[in-house]
Amino acid sequence: MISLLQEAATTAAEHTEEAAEAAAHGSESASGLPQLDFSTFPNQIFWLIVTLAVLYWVLSRIALPRIAAVLSDRQGAITGDLMAAEEFKQKAKEAEAAYDKALADARAEAQKIVEANRAEIQKELDAAIAHADAEIGARAAESEKRIREIRDSAANDAREVARDVTAELVSSFGGSVDQSAIDSAVETRLKGTLQ
Amino acid sequence: MASEAQGEEAGLSFHPMDQFLVKPLFGEGDVHWYTPTNVTLWLFIVAVAIAALLVAGTRGRAIVPNRVQSVAELAYGMTYKMVEDVTGKDGLKYFPYIMTLFMFILFSNMLGLLPKAFTVTSHIAVTGVLALAVFISVTVIGFVKNGAQFLGLFWVSSAPLVLRPILAVIEVISYFVRPVSHSIRLAGNMMAGHAVMKVFAGFAAIAVISPISILAVTAIYGLEVLVATIQAYVFTILTCVYLKDALHPQH
Repeated sequence: MISLLQEAATTAAEHTEEAAEAAAHGSESASGLPQLDFSTFPNQIFWLIVTLAVLYWVLSRIALPRIAAVLSDRQGAITGDLMAAEEFKQKAKEAEAAYDKALADARAEAQKIVEANRAEIQKELDAAIAHADAEIGARAAESEKRIREIRDSAANDAREVARDVTAELVSSFGGSVDQSAIDSAVETRLKGTLQ
Repeated sequence: MASEAQGEEAGLSFHPMDQFLVKPLFGEGDVHWYTPTNVTLWLFIVAVAIAALLVAGTRGRAIVPNRVQSVAELAYGMTYKMVEDVTGKDGLKYFPYIMTLFMFILFSNMLGLLPKAFTVTSHIAVTGVLALAVFISVTVIGFVKNGAQFLGLFWVSSAPLVLRPILAVIEVISYFVRPVSHSIRLAGNMMAGHAVMKVFAGFAAIAVISPISILAVTAIYGLEVLVATIQAYVFTILTCVYLKDALHPQH
């Protein structure tokens, strides 16, 4: 590449020298490199200074303040948004806490209600059981009483029958009927069999 | 022209330096200081392009920028950060000038890569003025801000006493070489790249070599896009470094 460059440089030098010899542009090709042609320096420097002055004015007066304003606006907007987001996050956290609390309250309330209902039902149940027990007891007592009555009447009937049969037997065997003797005899006989 | 005829005889025509010729825009004749030339035209185009990006592009002042505005903001942000990082907060006063320099050099370099374009920054007259402007303003700022203490820049107080005079001489020389290296770096890069491209393009006249030549031109063009950006960046960051020296001359 270096050899190429040298070649290029020499070619250029030859070219410009020949051009100088041809004297087509006497001032333009005073040296080999156009960069070292000092006759164009005032022109370049003049226009460069004009350009730089204009650019500096445009940049420092218009472009850079505007970009700076845009950037700081954006920074402000971002900071504001971040703060708002932080605030919303806080709010969301509070809402979550409130929700949790409400949930816990509701759960406790439900528990209480369940407990109360259970107690009430238990009470009703107890009452019903007691009532049923009492009824059952009453019915059993009544039944017992009737059974006893039936048994008593049965015993009386048997005594009556025995007495009559004894009196009949005694009379038919020709004996005199002594009512009290018969009674006591029947009583002694029946004792133990009945009841 | 004579050389053209000669070049055509040889089958090749290399005029890699023709692109750097300063010519009057209208008609022939001498180039006076006021003559509108191709330099004038391309300086104008550069200025218009920068205005289009930084002024017209930000016309919307949008919170959510469009493409052009975000490019303008990117350029602004990059330069602003560079000035702030290198020179510190007190250098931000000079940010508009550094931004002007950066945008001007970047756009000159980039627009100079267009076919048929004239690269204003390939001329030592242009880069020399830019570098001298930086050199003079930095020196003036240094003396105005720090007075005689600015000379402490050349007196390396951390070095042994014996070495200090020698170092001072070296520092003074290097200080005065700054504008030279500053300007020649930029102009040299621009000129060399463009000349190489032209040379490769010249080889395309030979049918056998032309594919290679065109590939080479493409590759060099890509490299030149890189160089154009990097040189604009280098010029700007060096300006910031010099400015930092002027604002804080202590080593």
